[in-house]
Amino acid sequence: MELRGPSRVEEKLYTLRWKHDRTSHIAITDPRTCADRCGDEWRRPCTTFCPAKVYEWDPEQARIVVAYENCVECTTCLVGCPYRVIDWRPPRGGFGIQYRYG
Amino acid sequence: MEKFDAVVVGAGPAGAAAATTMARAGLSVVLVERGEYPGAKNVMGGVMYGRMAAEVVPEFWTQGAPIERVVVEERIWLATDDSAVSVSHRSPKGAYHPDGCPNAFTVLRAKWDRWFAQKAEEAGALLVPGTTVEDVLWQDGRVAGVRTGREEGDLHADVVVLCDGVNSALVERARLRDHPVEPHQLALGVKEVVGLPPEVIEGRFNVERGQGVTIEIYGAVTRGMSGYGFLYTNHDSVSVGVGVLVSHLMRTRIPPYELLEGLKQHPLVRPLLAGGETLEYSAHAIPEGGWRAMPKLYGDGVLVAGDAAMMVNGLHREGSNLAMTAGRLAGETVVEAKQRGDFSARTLSLYAAKLEESFVLKDLRKYRDLPELAERRPDLFGTFAELANLAAHEMLTVDGLPKRDKQRKIWREVTRRKPLWGLARDLYEVWRAVR
Repeated sequence: MELRGPSRVEEKLYTLRWKHDRTSHIAITDPRTCADRCGDEWRRPCTTFCPAKVYEWDPEQARIVVAYENCVECTTCLVGCPYRVIDWRPPRGGFGIQYRYG
Repeated sequence: MEKFDAVVVGAGPAGAAAATTMARAGLSVVLVERGEYPGAKNVMGGVMYGRMAAEVVPEFWTQGAPIERVVVEERIWLATDDSAVSVSHRSPKGAYHPDGCPNAFTVLRAKWDRWFAQKAEEAGALLVPGTTVEDVLWQDGRVAGVRTGREEGDLHADVVVLCDGVNSALVERARLRDHPVEPHQLALGVKEVVGLPPEVIEGRFNVERGQGVTIEIYGAVTRGMSGYGFLYTNHDSVSVGVGVLVSHLMRTRIPPYELLEGLKQHPLVRPLLAGGETLEYSAHAIPEGGWRAMPKLYGDGVLVAGDAAMMVNGLHREGSNLAMTAGRLAGETVVEAKQRGDFSARTLSLYAAKLEESFVLKDLRKYRDLPELAERRPDLFGTFAELANLAAHEMLTVDGLPKRDKQRKIWREVTRRKPLWGLARDLYEVWRAVR
């Protein structure tokens, strides 16, 4: 039996609706920690635990690239960043994810 | 300067319950919600409990509440990669309390929260959606309102009730918590709502129109992490999801959406969802730290309820019911404080006393050692699921081996995987954490 539907996270994100703000509600307060410490000590867990793939490691720039438009506001990164260098704030009122089912 | 009796932050189950309770008693109440509508930001697996909803909105089930299906059967699966031992309880009549109130029912939070918050509006609360609260306001050492992101957006009030959900920054701003939430005190749940025709759901889950089933799946589906998978039937969709501790996600580096995909492809799950179309993917953090990780529940001019206060009973998948009860008790406390004309921590401590009397703190206290065990022993569910399946498979395989020999074989296999003393110690640990 076949299961239709999105198997990759990108396809899962297509099912969602956002009202995007022009500016990011997420900032990395100390990018050097991601480059210098987290790679060795934790292998940058934000790149795997984030359910919306907001955080990706860019080896050329040697920094985490933040796709804040993907954020589903689960707030896991507030706690899951081993060095607490992710400054996540709720998007401005009315902006961000808009679940139709929830 | 306009001043309200109370500002409630967050229009989820806790906030709407608090606002409804206070507005009904004649207090002036603002209910601030950062989503464009209540529920826009909110996710849960999907089981809501009627008794606690009815204590806020009496006979809600007769008032067009967006109930998906009333739960008539609950199943627990102990699963390996390709098999499961199942325990279930079914009781269509027992699904309702004597007064007709459904015991447990499935909901989709974007719909339920909108409806529930509307009840607060009907009671007289002023709902302000699309507005983020950025900080609490202080006056003479006590909380005296909130600062919103709007132009001239300060709201002044005698009391602020914080119901702003998991990882509330405002709880820290209000000085009710001085240490951050730790990764082992938080789970991440990911879910898909899979659309299927009602009659297909009813056939596959063996229920009638309006009836629903819950399945919780322990074991292999969490791939060595503490947590569980679930399937909940809605009217014309099935919610399928999995929640695991964030600390374990950090260690295993398994992406949550891959965990979810694995659950959907499990041989026992796949036929239940076949042909379905994913309507929405979602994810949310779940506070799992329990009683030991709760913030202070009150301060001068401030109360906290729901996920913001860690009010989740993970073992029993309860949370929204704790939130509704805590919100209601917070509301009742503020009404009494208003009568006394005193909103100091001393008067508001009545809230904690009410919670102590209720199932909320009694249950959270009962399971206070469970979060630590879940963090330390992610192997427990997988091991027991494997052993149970091994035993069931052996006893049910008719191959000419006499039953007594089969029993010996099972015993040998079990003790080979897990020495007797280890098995006894594990069982004792679990018993101690849940007794």
